[in-house]
Amino acid sequence: MTLTDLGMPVTGLQHVPHLPDDAPGQSKRDFTSDQEVRWCPGCGDYVILAAVQSFLPELGLRRENIVFVSGIGCSSRFPYYLDTYGMHSIHGRAPAIATGLATSRPDLSVWVVTGDGDALSIGGNHLIHALRRNVNLTILLFNNQIYGLTKGQYSPTSRTGSVTKSSPLGSVDAPFNPVSLALGAEATFVARAMESDRAELKEVLRAAAEHRGAALVEIYQNCPIFNDGAFEVLKDRTQQAARIVRLRSGEPVTVGPEDDRRVLVRVAGGHGEFVPEAEVGAREVVVHDAAAPDPSAAFALSRLDSPEMTHVPMGVFRQVSRPTYDDLVRAQVEGAVDAAGGPATDADLGELLRGRDTWTVG
Amino acid sequence: MTSKTVQTLDRVVIRFAGDSGDGMQLTGDRFTSETAALGNDLSTLPNFPAEIRAPQGTLPGVSSFQLHFADHDVLTPGDAPDVLVAMNPAALKANLADLPRGATIVANTDEFTTRNLAKVGYETSPLEDGSLESWHVHAVALTSITVEALAPFEGLTRKEKERAKNMFALGLLSWMYTRPTTGTEDFLAKKFGGRPEILEANLAALRAGWNYGETTEDFASSFVVQAAPMAPGRYRNVTGNTALALGLAAAAHRAGRPLVLGSYPITPASDVLHALSGMKRHGVTTIQAEDEIAGVGIALGASYGGAIGVTSTSGPGIALKSETIGLAVSLELPLVVVDIQRGGPSTGLPTKTEQADLLQVMYGRNGESPVPVLAAQTPADCFDAALDAVRIATTYRTPVVLLSDGYLANGSEPWAVPEVDELPDLAVELASAPNAVDDAGEPVFRPYLRDPETLARPWAVPGTPGLEHRIGGIEKADVTGDISYDPDNHDTMVRLRQAKVDGIAVPDLEVDDPSGDAKVLVLGWGSTYGPVAAATRVLRNAGHAVARAHLRHLNPFPANLDDVLRRYERVLVPEMNTGQLALLLRGTYLVDVRSHTAVRGLPFTTVELADVVSTILEEVS
Repeated sequence: MTLTDLGMPVTGLQHVPHLPDDAPGQSKRDFTSDQEVRWCPGCGDYVILAAVQSFLPELGLRRENIVFVSGIGCSSRFPYYLDTYGMHSIHGRAPAIATGLATSRPDLSVWVVTGDGDALSIGGNHLIHALRRNVNLTILLFNNQIYGLTKGQYSPTSRTGSVTKSSPLGSVDAPFNPVSLALGAEATFVARAMESDRAELKEVLRAAAEHRGAALVEIYQNCPIFNDGAFEVLKDRTQQAARIVRLRSGEPVTVGPEDDRRVLVRVAGGHGEFVPEAEVGAREVVVHDAAAPDPSAAFALSRLDSPEMTHVPMGVFRQVSRPTYDDLVRAQVEGAVDAAGGPATDADLGELLRGRDTWTVG
Repeated sequence: MTSKTVQTLDRVVIRFAGDSGDGMQLTGDRFTSETAALGNDLSTLPNFPAEIRAPQGTLPGVSSFQLHFADHDVLTPGDAPDVLVAMNPAALKANLADLPRGATIVANTDEFTTRNLAKVGYETSPLEDGSLESWHVHAVALTSITVEALAPFEGLTRKEKERAKNMFALGLLSWMYTRPTTGTEDFLAKKFGGRPEILEANLAALRAGWNYGETTEDFASSFVVQAAPMAPGRYRNVTGNTALALGLAAAAHRAGRPLVLGSYPITPASDVLHALSGMKRHGVTTIQAEDEIAGVGIALGASYGGAIGVTSTSGPGIALKSETIGLAVSLELPLVVVDIQRGGPSTGLPTKTEQADLLQVMYGRNGESPVPVLAAQTPADCFDAALDAVRIATTYRTPVVLLSDGYLANGSEPWAVPEVDELPDLAVELASAPNAVDDAGEPVFRPYLRDPETLARPWAVPGTPGLEHRIGGIEKADVTGDISYDPDNHDTMVRLRQAKVDGIAVPDLEVDDPSGDAKVLVLGWGSTYGPVAAATRVLRNAGHAVARAHLRHLNPFPANLDDVLRRYERVLVPEMNTGQLALLLRGTYLVDVRSHTAVRGLPFTTVELADVVSTILEEVS
């Protein structure tokens, strides 16, 4: 199929009304609702909420044109705490509801807040189809590798062998890698961030919001009650540098502190391997290209990750431009309306009702 | 040329039957269109298997199309055919039991081969062994005559020529019943415009069929059925699914809101999706969802944004959508859920009709989850029912279930096309400003502050400044909409949602009791309208007093229903389920209604219902 250039807007927020230049600036306070936040003390969700509340003013959008839609789970309480429009829906279905909203309302910035159980288990189908269609949504997937609201069962991202309330002998499920899954669905924007790294999180959120199309951001989030410390090795200053692979498009993929830098080199038939900088020699260094049309390279990067978290890429894996579903749907409707000379009048409706084969009595 | 007589009839029932690949639905559609153009009143009943192409020549592969047309008001597709067109032995065998003795059979002899006869268990050909002597049989070599007539078309294969045999049959029947064929010629020109040889061949087959009737001695006379007296106006023939789609589009137009359909393909509802997907020019958006749950989620998301959100499905889809319908009950947003019922449970009978989803849509959700329910009565009535469903959804900010069924969906009848300005005004008002003041006297928006009359909450769509608010499926505090687990508040909210649905304005039930002294009331709902009306007509013509009423609104019931039920010594409730409305009536009104039920995947016959009513009439006489 040849895709014709429909003159599509290039950023995710293009059709969303912005504040006038001379309007007083918004603050975090403007996005804080009057509801008491009811997550457990120490929950990673607080950090993400604070980051989002302080980041949203930077977009300069009219508050009433921002909508957060969530499913069910701890993370899905998120919309209650933001003073925007919000819907706390049902388990797993937020991407479907958001698809209907985003397709019928181009003037809205539509966000989905979901968790690993909500997005990848009960709502897995809706997630992959929202990504496949490339609906203009920003999806924040809080991954804490556990079911929190139902008090501690293993989730589709829990590592195999997790001992939980519903797996006393250890879970036998193989976990999903959300980033690999999203790339497999050919999502046009896929990123990962740590709840604790606010600078990185805000940077990724900004890119995701401005991306036109479905943007999936996986956020590693700690559940202090049922899965405390799941990402501790990535937060630990001594280990962090050796494990976190910070993806920068156009730059070689590296890991490790300054004095022990390792570089990703290509391996025939494999995802690549990290070798000390000094030993690279003639080997082909993997340079990250988030804009590569083929998602295979980004997928290979996503496979560096493992349940042991030896090497965990963070940042934007993929960021490509592809016509969005909602733009295309609207273009068909608007095209048909324009071709017919404008919105349907009573006379046009009358013609529709009569059809092509009528007869008259009397 | 033999001179032929012309006889006048007041009504005829024709059934076209053949293999699924024989084009019987198309033939029936065309004959219907010709008949409508003549001004007869009519009603149709397509009946086809769920398999697209069952093994050729077998009983499971038989597809049929029945048409009842008359010079008077037609209420049903007819109990029994006067004419059966049987394209093969399977079609004869599958339909013969429905054919009264003395009826006419037009059989395609070319298909009555030893092999085809054996496939359906005929040891000898019924066309030759005398077993059909009680019927008028026209044995016509439809296939070979068609092929012969198309001999000049050298560019066509024998198979392609054979395929035109349905046009030959249509031509023959059109001659028999003096139907004009110009409409069919135009139709063929559109369909095969790009393939001139195929077009010419089909036209030639159609003319050959007509000429065959006119010239051969086998057909001694043709028949005329005069136009039926119908109210002045412009008419078209519509199926229930077409009328329903038009009704939704018209309702959105009258509401001044865009229509968004979220739907997943399912028989027999897919035609609603097809029809609406062709109405983009009217601002209609259709989204073919990844599953049934997404279909309703998309519709609800669109409603949240201010559109008329609709989802269309059949019974199995309703089961999957239930949780989202419950969310819509809690969010109190408009949503139209169209259920084209089919035989169940589970996959059941996908292409056959049933009315067994009534209790599912009433009660098939967790918690106290009241939803208004209404049902269409005839194919054309699906239009009005759709407008009514949108009215209720937008006025009361609630999900609404509109019930149709396979019989209405695929059946057709003439429809007096209304003028657009005569349609109800469905204009809606979206919230635009704060509706309350807080303790400090500042204006605030209370998303669950209700209209005192309708109990509807404001429809405040994203993009409206100053009304930012959060809604969700968790119980909300009355007025503010904040999360609330307070016991008394929950009790209040449950009762408020129920009161809102109970208070929906629905017209009183009209009772058709011309003599005014009937002791027996036949009370139906949905697609039994035609058979119930036809049965009561038969009984009244025989001198009996019988009252009849039909429920459009199943939830809430009309306010006068209690009175109506108590006015009669006996109330008979015929349903294509095992007594679901009867259960509701008994439970609601403590009236011991009589239930008559059948779940055969087919509509009631007039005779069957008239017999049942007769028995009850005897009891009270």
